[in-house]
Amino acid sequence: MSDDVAVEARGVSKIFGASTDQEVRALDHVSVSIAQNEFFTLLGPSGCGKTTLLRLIAGFEHPTDGAILLEGKDISALPPFQRPVNTVFQNYALFPHMTVAQNIGFGLEMQGQSKDEVANTVGAMLVLVKMENLKNRRIDQISGGQQQRVALARALAPRPKVLLLDEPLSALDLKLRKEMQVELKRLQHETGITFIFVTHDQEEALTMSDRVAVMNEGRILQVGAPHEIYNRPHDRFVADFIGDTNFMPAEVIEHDESEVRIRLPSGIEITVPAPPGLPQGSEVTLAIRPEQARIVTDSDAISIQGSLTDEIYIGTDTQYRVDIGMTSPFVVRVQNANGERARIPLGSRVGIAVDPRTIQILQD
Amino acid sequence: MATSSRPFSIKRMPGFSLLALTCFFALYMPLAPLVVYSFNAGDNIALWEGLSLRWYVSAWENDLVQSAAIRSVVVAVIASVVATSLATMAALGTTRTRPYRGQTSIYAMVNQPLMVPEIVTAVALLIFFALIKESTGYHGYAYLISAHTAFCIPFAYLPIRARLEGMDRVLETAAADLYATPWRSFTRVTLPLLLPGILAGAMLAFVISLDDVVITEFVKSAGQDTLPTYMLGQLRRTITPEINAISTVLLGVSVVMVTIIFFLSRKKA
Amino acid sequence: MSAEQDSSTESFESLEAHAYQLEVRQNLLLSTPALIVLFCAASGPLLIMLVFSFLTPGDYGGIKWQFSTEAWFQVAFYRDIFDETVSIADAHLSIFWRSVKLSFLTTLVAFVLGFPTAYFIATRSPETRNLWLFLVTIPFWTNLLIRTFAILEIIRNQGLVNTVLIALGVIDQPLDMLYTDIAILLGMTYVYIPLMILPIYASMERFDFQLVEAAYDLYATRWRVLVRVILPLVKPGVIAGSILVFVPSLGAYVTPRVLGGGKHLMIGNLIELQFGQGRNWPLGAALSLTLLVIVMVALIFYVRSAQKEGGAHGH
Repeated sequence: MSDDVAVEARGVSKIFGASTDQEVRALDHVSVSIAQNEFFTLLGPSGCGKTTLLRLIAGFEHPTDGAILLEGKDISALPPFQRPVNTVFQNYALFPHMTVAQNIGFGLEMQGQSKDEVANTVGAMLVLVKMENLKNRRIDQISGGQQQRVALARALAPRPKVLLLDEPLSALDLKLRKEMQVELKRLQHETGITFIFVTHDQEEALTMSDRVAVMNEGRILQVGAPHEIYNRPHDRFVADFIGDTNFMPAEVIEHDESEVRIRLPSGIEITVPAPPGLPQGSEVTLAIRPEQARIVTDSDAISIQGSLTDEIYIGTDTQYRVDIGMTSPFVVRVQNANGERARIPLGSRVGIAVDPRTIQILQD
Repeated sequence: MATSSRPFSIKRMPGFSLLALTCFFALYMPLAPLVVYSFNAGDNIALWEGLSLRWYVSAWENDLVQSAAIRSVVVAVIASVVATSLATMAALGTTRTRPYRGQTSIYAMVNQPLMVPEIVTAVALLIFFALIKESTGYHGYAYLISAHTAFCIPFAYLPIRARLEGMDRVLETAAADLYATPWRSFTRVTLPLLLPGILAGAMLAFVISLDDVVITEFVKSAGQDTLPTYMLGQLRRTITPEINAISTVLLGVSVVMVTIIFFLSRKKA
Repeated sequence: MSAEQDSSTESFESLEAHAYQLEVRQNLLLSTPALIVLFCAASGPLLIMLVFSFLTPGDYGGIKWQFSTEAWFQVAFYRDIFDETVSIADAHLSIFWRSVKLSFLTTLVAFVLGFPTAYFIATRSPETRNLWLFLVTIPFWTNLLIRTFAILEIIRNQGLVNTVLIALGVIDQPLDMLYTDIAILLGMTYVYIPLMILPIYASMERFDFQLVEAAYDLYATRWRVLVRVILPLVKPGVIAGSILVFVPSLGAYVTPRVLGGGKHLMIGNLIELQFGQGRNWPLGAALSLTLLVIVMVALIFYVRSAQKEGGAHGH
């Protein structure tokens, strides 16, 4: 199993400006294991430490504590030019005084390869990123999207063990972004190189990754496959950061190994699958995805009651906002079947029904 | 109240354009007679007697002018080359690094010749070199060259530093990421990108050295005239249009240098 | 396990510190050659000059290694050689006064002419702007001596100005402009004005004219806009330009020598005199140091006022 580990961070901390009055703890005892041939994403808001972790893996910073391992070997003290790890920078960092081909071949030159070998590999890379006809262009003559591809080719050319990508798509417009997301996925499959991707865009993370690590304030909150992160957030932050969530307090009534009976504020009691260890009578927070809820007008069904305050049409869905007596309205998202909308008069009394199995209990 | 036919321009300040154009005129107007009279066929610097190149010829054939000119150029070349090299190293050592103790002192010392009036430096060097001359008997060119190199350093330093500050460090980081050792990162990335700044610094140093009057005047020994000090000496005696001729040539050199600089800066932008 | 962790923590902190130390050492190494040259041929000699100012003049120029404060005394006072009475050295003081006065006036005139010029260039379209900059830069790179000589040429009795004025019938006799204080003022202004224009231009180029739009939108007059919006924000350029004109003017040597003749001396000429006819090296050294002190005071004054204004405007 450990043979499959590409990169591992063990108890890594990074403190900037230590023992000054501007001390910043960018990473706080972070441990994570990234497998070979995996598309792994570090996801989180700005300042969460994801870029710092990436830079530690690349070798641009030293960890204050802990170790960085590459295929089992501790590389924490190695300078970046001795690590078989390459980076695609956020603003590409292409060498302005060199052509596209020279940029792509730079790493190979530094490794001492012969001119022929370099030319061959550069040619192959140009084909891989579909830029063959721009070989001899100068960097200031190509577009942003093209620069991005060159940066990618440059980092892939030396066949690194791990490719680090620091928010490489953030400067692209939406359409190009979507295209590049597919491209990157394809490249990762074709090359079999471990990709570690950093982004603050949760949709991007969910689309592209094999696994995602959600980070906040220097810590990793949860690691898992996209559907796990989405459907089973452990944490209020994770639930809130990924997609939309409705939060609701509840009280634990009864508890057994796999299920727990909870009472909602309105008095309704339901049974929900839950992890063990929730004390009786304790207050918990529930996380419910808007698309897991339904609007029911039939007052027989067990549902949370409220009055409809808003109906928002979003093309593929309709979003209903229901006031159930809490500070924020409960949001329900319903797919528009046949382009039809179920029109419900605003202000009318509606019920919200949720499949208990989709309710997530958060640990705080 | 009549409405002005000209639309309100937020950038217009009354009288400024007039003053500016007057200023430009005033800057160039005195140069005109200077240049024109260099072609004066007559002896008198006031009376115009027809077009002639005789003064250029006489200046060219004047041994003193020749040797002074050669001396000026040689000193300027040596001083600018050495000063630019030293300034480049100093710029690399004081820019884009993590702050360290003594950094501001170094910066102050490098720029000190700019803060101190030339005459003060000239006198200090006169005294210092006189002491050395007394104890060693050496009267050669080392004094002149070292003095020029010293005051050229800040002039070379400033454009190089400016260029360096404008360079994003991420490029060197990218080079390191791609297996370049610090030395190779410097030679393949930093240096090529720094080159326009180095060239600008070298040219500035060259011109500053070529033009220097005060320090050279105080530091030179007998027979070590540069072109400016020769001209200064001539101004005390009889002034012939030969001075005009030499001035016009030097003016031409300045124009050429400025044109080159302007093209250089256009290119990198 | 914790012992291992402790040592690895220690080694990482020292890794960081070690890398920093290496970087600092490299920086110092890079800067040293320049510093050595500067110390030997620029800063160091200033210290020697300080020593010399406390020595006695030699009989034929140079010095005698004998401590004396006479030179400093002579900077401002005159001791009659016959009756030992002490009086104020009027000649010296009038020269100091002339230098300060002329330098100040030069800076003022350069500002009055130079500010609109910088403004003008900065408000041209980007294409023409380069042309105007080019035109300002050429005099800047032209030998100071040539430019001083050019002024000499035109203000002489048979020079351009007089010829034109006589031809126009404005005057009958040529105006004696050469070898006066005015000549020096004219010369210095002409020589140093590009040094006022360029820094102001640099500040103006970065000026955001939307602020001016906002000011007009809020009922400001042109004058108010100039004084309350533009000037405060281009202050760094104005300060830099003023320093770049005032300091060299104060220590001017060539221009007063060429345009002032032997009668209108400035500090620079007075100093030179001590190393020529005056044969009083210690006095020359003392005068130079006095000039240096005046310049430093002026610099500090300027910088302080720049900082104060910046603070007042809440930067």
